Amino acid sequence: MTAPDTATAAPTDIRSGRLHAEQYQRNFCDAHAPLSLAQARIEADRCYYCFDAPCQTACPTGIDIASFIQRIADDNIRGSAHAILSANPLGGMCARVCPTEVLCEQACVRNSNEDKPVEIGLLQRYATDAYFAKPGAPLFTRAKASGRTVVVVGAGPAGLACAHGLARLGHAVVVLDANAKPGGLNEYGLATYKTVDNFAQREIEWLLSIGGIEIRTDTTLGKNVTLDQLIAKYDAVFLGLGLSGVNDIGIAEPAVPGLRNAVEFIAELRQVDDYATLPVGRRVVVIGGGMTAVDAAVQSRKLGAEQVTIVYRRGPGGMSASAYEQDWAQKNGVTIRHWAAPLEVLAGAQGVTGIRFAVTALNDGKLVETGETFALEADTVLKAIGQSFVAQPLGAKIELQSGRITTDANGATSHPKVWAGGDCRFGGRDLTVEAVEHGKVAALAIDAALQA
Amino acid sequence: MANLTTEFLGIKSPNPFWLASAPPTDKEYNVVRAFEAGWGGVVWKTLGEDPHIVNVYGPRYGTLLGNDRRVIGFNNIELISDRPLQTNLDEIRRVKRAWPDRAMVVSLMVPCEEAAWKRILPMVEDTGCDGIELNFGCPHGMSERGMGSSVGQVPEYIEMVARWCKTYSQLPVIVKLTPNITDIRYPARAAKAGGADAVSLINTINSIMGVNLQTMTMSPSVGKQGSHGGYCGTAVRPIALNMVAEIARDPQTAGLPISGIGGVHTWHDAAEFIALGAGTVQVCTAAMVYGFRIVQDMCDGLSNFMDEQGYTSVSQMVGKAVPSITGWSNLNMNHIEKAVINQDSCIQCGRCHVVCEDTSHQAITATKDGKRHFEIKEDECVGCNLCVSVCPVPETITMRTLAPGEIDKRSGKPVPANYANWTTHPNNPTRVAA
Repeated sequence: MTAPDTATAAPTDIRSGRLHAEQYQRNFCDAHAPLSLAQARIEADRCYYCFDAPCQTACPTGIDIASFIQRIADDNIRGSAHAILSANPLGGMCARVCPTEVLCEQACVRNSNEDKPVEIGLLQRYATDAYFAKPGAPLFTRAKASGRTVVVVGAGPAGLACAHGLARLGHAVVVLDANAKPGGLNEYGLATYKTVDNFAQREIEWLLSIGGIEIRTDTTLGKNVTLDQLIAKYDAVFLGLGLSGVNDIGIAEPAVPGLRNAVEFIAELRQVDDYATLPVGRRVVVIGGGMTAVDAAVQSRKLGAEQVTIVYRRGPGGMSASAYEQDWAQKNGVTIRHWAAPLEVLAGAQGVTGIRFAVTALNDGKLVETGETFALEADTVLKAIGQSFVAQPLGAKIELQSGRITTDANGATSHPKVWAGGDCRFGGRDLTVEAVEHGKVAALAIDAALQA
Repeated sequence: MANLTTEFLGIKSPNPFWLASAPPTDKEYNVVRAFEAGWGGVVWKTLGEDPHIVNVYGPRYGTLLGNDRRVIGFNNIELISDRPLQTNLDEIRRVKRAWPDRAMVVSLMVPCEEAAWKRILPMVEDTGCDGIELNFGCPHGMSERGMGSSVGQVPEYIEMVARWCKTYSQLPVIVKLTPNITDIRYPARAAKAGGADAVSLINTINSIMGVNLQTMTMSPSVGKQGSHGGYCGTAVRPIALNMVAEIARDPQTAGLPISGIGGVHTWHDAAEFIALGAGTVQVCTAAMVYGFRIVQDMCDGLSNFMDEQGYTSVSQMVGKAVPSITGWSNLNMNHIEKAVINQDSCIQCGRCHVVCEDTSHQAITATKDGKRHFEIKEDECVGCNLCVSVCPVPETITMRTLAPGEIDKRSGKPVPANYANWTTHPNNPTRVAA
């Protein structure tokens, strides 16, 4: 794998159609098969129905997990879905994408004796899938119309949760989103095998069925509309803008084919109809240590890349991808190399040929380069070292902290008519489930402010 | 390997595990399979008069399920044997000849008429079987025809029929009792008075398994209607154990041999019946859930237990625990226990706390120094054992007996060393002097 610094001789090999049609189908099906009825019953029976359940405390949206599991065991799917969705209107997606191994399932008391928590995520998926398959009468109804209209900017998890909460409380909601489809990262981020069968849109369809929410896509703040205009026109504004900037890798980035942002690659995968049309390199290097890096690396393998390497500048414990995600990457044939930072993208006339790294180490707690270097041959280098908030459309109206929006616990910003939540808000963990909680809490705060 | 050989009313069997009179002992084919698997004996499914009865051809069984669809209880509406009497008698004769070392007891149910019993008894005796069991227990179907539990519920009938059987047959007579009665001692006394050699119990308990809420029909049902059935399996074992013990400790029936029946699924269950006075045990549900080979696990477990405890025969264990059963008024009011939670194995589920808080004595903490922590508050604990019962982790909550002289933090007084029961308690209006 390690090549001389002069890796320029390696021929570029980026192409589509590396696999047979059925291989694509197999590779991009549901990564974790849903539970069958029998499995769900057995798993539900494992729940101890704890007092003041630690799993519920660990859930950013505070879902009453013991109750929703008890209701699965009781054959009360509607009640189970209600327990989930009343706390988390995107409970279906969270069941698929939550890093449960560091949230509810980490807190499960079954870990103490068995090292095997109740499969809360899979049970949550079971309940929500079963409910969405046969929803019946609406689970939630709207309060009497308040006559107020709130604008939500960004139709990602935070914005959608906020919109749903506001609609339940009787307010009219207009949701603006820059993309062609609502959903934010639920639609454009996340690995495809985590959310198959167009689930993001099906979930949004259910969420909007409450009524009172109008979605306007292809509408970008700062381009099609300004914050001033929104503040002037609506009773309140919720910003769920997400992180639209991509951090650069801090070295020269030649404008050649093969060097790109992992988030673009992931978004492309989410929108493509035929995976066979997507080009992928033979040797792919992903730089970064988070979920985006794992999703990009694993999906490169699933598209047929022969060698995929994640390179991260610190050790395994420093990666923001959970141990489970790291394991998942390795099970899918991805090599993870730690303690290396990018030094130079190697490129020839046709495109990327490799990338050279500096070996790193900790010296008195500080990350330093040891002076040793190595290069990896690659025809694709994906950058996944994090996204950043683009504050420019806010003008000087909203106070920031470390480049993200400052809020109080309820999401109130420095402007009395503006609330914010999700990844654009300072101090979070950049989790879907946390974004949902931000939106949910902000909806209550906005409602209180409007009634004041 | 301990010697499991059992002698009950002179009937020898290589182990105390008999199959109860029920579908598993319906015919030669089943019984031969059972003996091949190692069962010590069978009570052949109840014979009646010709023309033979007929069963329904819809569901005959209903089930109470626990976690992971484990069978906790069964109920059934099967009647007695639905084959011609002679067919059964021929098969019984053949099987007994082929398996002379196994107990072969034949269950009988004919109308409460002396002539009917006088007619059938010689035919049964002629098969070479070891004994008869009078089915005064079936609570469904046959009871509507004046047999089964409708006999078992009238002690005078029990005594009368038992006497006929002892008159017209040389065979040992076991009377099978119905639990569908308020005081099991009366039918047992009647059986003894009629000359019966032993009682077996319990037969099944009247039950309805449930209701299909979609169709609003009881379950199981035969088409649009069902009928109450006989309940058995693990769920009935505590009821059966009590009834066996009641008979074992009743001065009027003490020493009367008992064949224990009711939810024996493991060697452990069998040992409990034996400890409360049963000389053999009869099993049905366990076989109907797992098949006949389960007897091998029962024998193996019982044998290992006996070796470990130093018992060299099953009879040494019979009734060993009976003296431990007494009336409530004899219980020692000066015996005080407190629950103890092992913090090392506690998994912090908090169930002990919430049940104590909601339904008992508010004697378990939920937090300590602001952290999740479950600990007994001895000044509130009454030693009720509820927390032990609901804790999902074995051996994590245990009961500690306070030593005489130790201060009971709840009363603030030292634990008295003497035994004192309710009969002398100051709060007892009818107390007697201590």
